[in-house]
Formats: sequence, C-alpha cells, structure tokens
Amino acid sequence: MNFGMSDLMPMLPEIFLLAATCAILITDLFISDQRRFLTYLLSLLTLAVCGWLTFSTATGITAYTMHGMFIDDLLSDTLKLFLYITVAVVLVYSRDYLHLRGLFRGEFFVLVLFATLGMMVMISGGNFITLYMGLELLSLSLYALVAMQRESALAVEAAMKYFILGALASGMLLYGMSMVYGATGSLDINHIGLLLQMGVANPTVLVLGLVFIVAGVAFKLGVAPFHMWIPDVYQGAPTAVTLFVGTATKLAAFAFAIRLLAQGLQAFSVDWQQMLAIMAVLSLAIGNVTAIAQTNLKRMLAYSTIAHMGFLLLGILSANVAGYSAALFYVVSYVITGLAAFGMIMLLSRRGFEAENLDDLKGLNQRNPWYAFLMLLVMFSLAGVPPTIGFYAKLAVLQALVSTGHTGLAVVAVVFSLIGAFYYLRVVRLMYFDKAEDTHPITPAFDFKILMGINGLAVLALGIMPQPLMAMCLYAVEQSL
Amino acid sequence: MLAGYPILSLVIWLPIISGVLVLATGSDRNAPLARILALVGALVSFAVTWPLWRWFDTQTANMQFSEFSSWIPSFNINYHLGVDGISMPLILLNSFMTVLVVLAGWRVIQNKVSQYMAAFLIMSGLINGVFAALDAMLFYVFFEAMLIPLFLVIGIWGGPRRVYAAIKFFLYTLMGSLLMLVAFIYLYFQANGSFEILAFQALPLTMSVQIMLFMAFFMAFAVKVPMWPVHTWLPDAHVEAPTGGSVILAAITLKIGAYGFLRFNLPITPDASHYLTGFIVTLSLIAVVYIGLVALVQGDMKKLIAYSSISHMGFVTLGIFMFNSIGMEGALVQMISHGFVSAAMFLGVGVMYDRLHSRQISDYGGLAKNMPVFASLLMLFSMANSGLPGTSGFVGEFMVIMGAMQVNFWYAFLAASTLIWGAAYTLWMYKRVIFGAVTRKEVAQMQDVVPREFVILGVLALLVLAMGVYPRPLTEVIHSSVSNLLAHVAQSKLP
Repeated sequence: MNFGMSDLMPMLPEIFLLAATCAILITDLFISDQRRFLTYLLSLLTLAVCGWLTFSTATGITAYTMHGMFIDDLLSDTLKLFLYITVAVVLVYSRDYLHLRGLFRGEFFVLVLFATLGMMVMISGGNFITLYMGLELLSLSLYALVAMQRESALAVEAAMKYFILGALASGMLLYGMSMVYGATGSLDINHIGLLLQMGVANPTVLVLGLVFIVAGVAFKLGVAPFHMWIPDVYQGAPTAVTLFVGTATKLAAFAFAIRLLAQGLQAFSVDWQQMLAIMAVLSLAIGNVTAIAQTNLKRMLAYSTIAHMGFLLLGILSANVAGYSAALFYVVSYVITGLAAFGMIMLLSRRGFEAENLDDLKGLNQRNPWYAFLMLLVMFSLAGVPPTIGFYAKLAVLQALVSTGHTGLAVVAVVFSLIGAFYYLRVVRLMYFDKAEDTHPITPAFDFKILMGINGLAVLALGIMPQPLMAMCLYAVEQSL
Repeated sequence: MLAGYPILSLVIWLPIISGVLVLATGSDRNAPLARILALVGALVSFAVTWPLWRWFDTQTANMQFSEFSSWIPSFNINYHLGVDGISMPLILLNSFMTVLVVLAGWRVIQNKVSQYMAAFLIMSGLINGVFAALDAMLFYVFFEAMLIPLFLVIGIWGGPRRVYAAIKFFLYTLMGSLLMLVAFIYLYFQANGSFEILAFQALPLTMSVQIMLFMAFFMAFAVKVPMWPVHTWLPDAHVEAPTGGSVILAAITLKIGAYGFLRFNLPITPDASHYLTGFIVTLSLIAVVYIGLVALVQGDMKKLIAYSSISHMGFVTLGIFMFNSIGMEGALVQMISHGFVSAAMFLGVGVMYDRLHSRQISDYGGLAKNMPVFASLLMLFSMANSGLPGTSGFVGEFMVIMGAMQVNFWYAFLAASTLIWGAAYTLWMYKRVIFGAVTRKEVAQMQDVVPREFVILGVLALLVLAMGVYPRPLTEVIHSSVSNLLAHVAQSKLP
C-alpha cells in the first residue's frame, strides 16, 4: 500500500485544524484569565488559516483519499468556507456575552473548534464510518457546550435531553447503516450508489435501512417528528451556544443529508422522497403553528428553524441538481439570516440580563433605529418577503418543486409560510409599534457593531443581487454530484 | 427620441435613493431638513416622469421606454421595464401623489419624521416599479416589497387600533400574492424557462389550467382592489392609517389590483376570463350596490370614504370585464379620477382631523361658517365623488355604464344606481359636517385652510375639473393599449 504526502493534501485543512486545536488546548492551560483573549485570537487565526488552506487547495476536481473515505470536491470546499466564516462570526458575536457570564474560558473555544472539525469530516465523509465519526465528534462537543453553564438548571436539562435523544438518533443511524452494509456489502457511499443502480442488492433490507438512516438525518436537521430537542436546547443553552447550534451545524447536517441520500442512496430516491415529503409538511405545520404560541424569542426561533428545515427538505426531495442547489442556497441564506437573528439577542443582552423574551424587543426602533432596521430585514427574510435573501431561497426551492411536478407540495409550503409570516410580523410590530420599556442604551463592541451591520445588510444586498451566491451554489452542486 | 436614457429606472430609483437620504438625517432634531429633503426628492422624482408624458407615442400599443438587462441569469429573471398606455398614467399619478403626501404630512407628523417621509418615498419608487415591470418576478418583488413601508406607516403613525389594522392588511395581501407566486413559477416552466410577462401572454393554455391560474391571480388582485368579500381589510387600514397612508392606499395601491387584472388575468387567461365574467360582474355589482349602502350608515368619515372607494373600484372591475372598448377605457379613466377624488376626500378629512382630532361626523356641523374656502373645495370633491357631470368622477362612471349597457341592460341599471347611492352618502355626509348650526364651541374655533393645504387641495380641484371637462389627453394615451388588449383577449388561447 503506497501512502504519500499527496494522499494527505485534500485533508490538509482538517489536519491543520486538529493540530492547531490541540495546540490551543495546551496553550490555554498556561495562560491566566486576563490573557484569555489570546485563546480567542488564536482560534480566529486558526479559522483564517483553514480558510486559506481550503481556498488554495480547491481545484474544482473531485479528489478521493484514504481509499475513498474522504472526499474533497467543490461542494465540500464551498460548505467548509461558509463554515469557517460562520464559526468566526459566532466567536466574534459571543465574545462579550461570554465575558459577562464567566464563560469566556478555553474550553469554549476548543470545543467549538473540535465541533468544527467534526463538521468538516461530515462534509467530506465518503464512507459511513467517516460520516459517523464526524457526526459523533460534533455531537459530543455540542453536548458539552450546551452544558457549559453548569449552574443553570435549564442548560443542564437541555444538555441531558439533547444527549439522550442524540444518542438514540445515532443508534438508529448506525442500525440503518448496518442494514445497508448487510445488503450491499459496502460502506463506501459511491460504491453503494453504484451497486444500487445496478440493482444487485436486496431492496427490502435496504428500504428498512433507509428508514433508519432518514430518521437519523432528520434528527440532526431537527425536522418533525424528530424535532423535540430543538426548542429545549435552543432555549436552555447559553445564547452563544444556541447561535452555534442554530447556524453552523445546519451546514454540516445539510452536507450529511446530501452525502447519504443524494450520493449514496440516489437510486432509492422514490422511497426517501415520500418520507421527506411527510416530514417536510409536518415540520412546516408544527414549526409555524407552534411558533405563534411562543413568548420566548429563542424558543420562537427554534420552532422557526424547524419550519425552515422542513423547507430545506422540500429542496432535497426534488432529487435533482436544481433541487440540491436550491437546498444549498436555502441553507446558506438561512445561516446568514440566523446569525443576525441570534446575534441580535446577544446584542440586547447585558450583564445580568438575558434578552430572550419577545417583549424585550419592544420599542427597539425608539431605542436604536439602526438595529431595529437590521432586525426588520432579518424578520422579513425569515418570512420570505422580497427584497431579502429569504425570498430567493424560497423561490429556488419552490421552483425545484414545481419543475419535478410537486405543485401540490409547493402550494402547501406557500400556505404555511403565510402562517409563518404572522409571528415574524409580530416581532416587527413589537420593535416598531410598541413603546420601549427598557431604556438601557445598546453599546456593542466596535467589531460586533461592524459585523452586525455587514451581516444585516448582507440579507438585503444578497436579496437585491442574489445571482453570485445562487450561481456559486449551482456550480458547486453541478461539479460535485 | 429618448432611446437609451434609462428614464424608467430613474423614475423607480430616484425616490428610493432620496428616501434613503432622508432616512440618513436620523433623529427628529433634523426634522426640518428631513422634510425639505423629502419634498425636493418627491418633486424631482415627479419631474423625471415628465418625459414619459411628453414623448409617449399614443399610436402604438407596444411597450415604450423599454429597458432590459439580465438580473438573475440562473433563473432567467431579467430587469425588464417598459410602459404602455395602461401603466404610464398610473406612474404619473403615483409620483404626483407622493408630492402631495409629503406636503400633507408636513406639520402633522412630528414623530420620527425622517422615517415617515422615507417610507413614502421608498414606497413611491417601489410602486412605480410595480407598474413598469415586464418581468413577472421583478413585478412580484416590487409588489411585495411595497407592503413593508406601508405596513410600517400604518403601524407606527396610525390610530388606536393601528397594530391590528397593519397586521390584517399585511397578511391579507400576502395571502393573495403567495398563490400568484406559485402561478408564476408554473408559467415559467410552461414558457420554457422565462418570466417575461409578454411571453406568458402568448402562451397557449388549456381551460382547466387557465381557470386555476385565473383564480391564483384573482386572489392576489381581488384583495388589492379590494373586491367584495375580501375587502374587509380596507376600512380598518384606512381608518387607522395617517392621512398620507390613506391617500396612497386609496389613490395608488387599489389601482395595483385593477392593473393586475389588465396585465395578468385578461391577457394570460383570456378564455377563463370570459368564462368567469359572470362571477366577476356579480362581485363587482355587489360592491357597487351593497357597499354603497354600507357607506351610507357610517359615522366615521374615513370609513365612509373607504367604503365609497370599494364601491367605486367595483365600477372599475365591472368596466374591465365588459370586454368592450368604452367600458375598459372608462375603467381606466375611473381609476385615475378616483385617484384624485379619493385622495382629495382623505386630505379633506385630514384637514378637519388635524384641527379637531375627530373623524366622527357627529362631532362636526356648521363648518361653512368659519371655514368657507375649505367648505367650497370639499363641495367640489363631494360632487366629483358622487359623479356630477363636469367633474372627473362623471366621465369614468358614464363610460362604464355605457359599456355595460352594450352587454346587458340590468348590469347598466344596477351600476347606474351608484349615482344615487354615491350622491346620497357623500352629500349627506357633506351636509352634516359643513352645513347646519355650529353645535360645539371647538368647531367654532377651527381655522380655515392655511396656504399649504390650499395649494394641495386647489391643485387637486383643478385636476378634477380639467379631467371632467376635457378627458381627451388621457383617453388618447390609453386608447391604443386598450384596443390591443381587447383584440388579444378576443382570441382564444386554447391549444
């Protein structure tokens, strides 16, 4: 077996991230609390270097290494670049929030970086084992992150719930994978795809395995009926962690779904399309209707996420390049919007005060018109009203649906987004139509201020000029699948 | 003549840019600056629409002043603009109204002035976009985006129940337009991957598909018009909106619904339109007669005018679905005329409201004593609202009744009854508010119109009279486009 440096090249960013994270872990042991800022800077620097490595090694040609266990294609490079940016934004938004709550500790950064590594492995996994390892690395880091605020009962409860349900989902996923392995004799997703196309495997066992795999994927995406953990985790975790769970992990979950369903089990798309359709409609219904009843902003956004992931499934279930690229565009635009939404919650929080109820947004226009305007854009984007990016995300998915003859599903999706519009409008109403009760000035750090401005305006700018991002998503999917 | 100059882009983006500039003046400390900047922006934006009128070719039904550039090539969505005789007058009307709205809010709005003015300017640009867009998706983007500023205007500066009204308004209109979005996407695939409205119009479609598409468009536009029974958002929104919001709602946004019928329903689904004529005519006549009666019993002046608007818009939809030249031209004349008259009525109520802070008819009486100038101006507008010959209100209504007569006597008979209802509710309101004895001492202290208000109402009065006496410039502009549309609708599109 020949094994050279060239085999390691495609996974250079992962290797670097692992080494750098270990270095940060050790460095952090030797620095005092006053110098903790160094850990933060090193983490950002690591992400920047990873970005540079991924960007400079992106060839546009799909490369397999480690006997196909690891795939480096344009889709993975694109997703990883978005992932670095997302994680970096999460770190910047979280800095002051963590500081004020005594959570600005080395563990946070190391766990976030390990979770990032797990997501990168998921994005590039070419084999059931790799995918599973990536998933577990991500999940274990997340359980710890959610529980980081030890003295908060809510956080511990959320972590416990997340852990138990997550372990169950992992078990189901493994069970499904083992059945597919039993039917095909292979763990390699491309090989499985080939075998299924030739029709050599036993379809009964395969479909049974497929059900478990889809359930596992659904849990990770957080779509109904596997959504129970989402509201509790979003509400219980410190907002910095919610921000991370609510945005970055969606990118990885999307890649995970694409690798398993589109790349591995494409030949069985007729079977998983039906499951996805049911889950998508359920998620849209449960997410949008339940969100109306929420008074806690984090919980409301959690239900809104469920609805959005339902929409994402609609993109995937078109099972063609247009559908996958629509789903990719959807997830990227959701991440951009979600970053701003959760960032805004942290912006309004201060020492000893968690802005997590809807009423905390009251009169934001009176307190600070600029942030109210940004939040307005975010809410209209989540509701899918043009000219914001959220509209084009929905448009792309609907278009993929209609082109594959699912016009009925498109109408259902549209009706539920109308219901969804109601609770997003309520947020706008609180900000603009109600009087402020809380008159504390909003004083974010300089970098937070700049980044939030860019983030919020990106929602509008990408809505006016969506073409570059859209073309990029289409190109990445076309080149990789 | 003016080929190559992006006049329509200017018409759309100039108000939006000036709106952003006004917004940048920030807090109310800079309110005077915001006001002046907004007025300059509105005037300049109106000025740039002048070439549209001056160099408009009345001989052709083709799209004029066209602009085309690629916008989202992935979906073949283009930035394609152009106007014909149907849309051009509406753009002029909208740009003109924006100036009046800025002036009308000059003193009254003291809270968040820059946001108020900016919302109207941005909305004005977006509405011009709605009328000028020739790409369905571009149309949709403008169509939806204009809801956002209007939602904020009603919700921030409105009356006591403003939150309810704003959310009701937004959800109602969103409900209609989302189904239209699905229809657009469906047509996109039928037209081999194009969102061009003109391509949609040329597309052969089976009857069942046409009916489904017609209903999707109908949902979007009937809510906007609004037609009975989806009209209930309008009285709420009108009553709670500030004066400027009411003016834009009545004068402009209602016209978007009727414009949608002319641009989408009729040419894209002509067979379904003919098939469903009875349905539309019934709803229109219910609006004309029943809503006219509802208007009669209103105690709130703004509500009364809101119901009167629904009744008048019933006339517009009736005229459109008569499928003859005089009826359709009458509908268009009625749209423009209603733009002036309803705006003037709302501005008139605004003048009274600013002095007494009441919209109830019963709180007034005997205004003629100390507000003679105002009373005579309002007299003219009331007459126009009830369709008196010599005012613009008469021309459109008369043409629609003539058109209806060609189709069915009873249509014309019921439609003509509006001349009675309209006169009844408008003049009765006028009598109770303006004539009679002065019942309250607050009314006795009300001042007559100040020069700013006089200019606003006076200009509108001149326009109402001019259109009533000599409507030809307008009918000339719309004639070719209407003939072309009728010829198109007369041809079956069944494959």
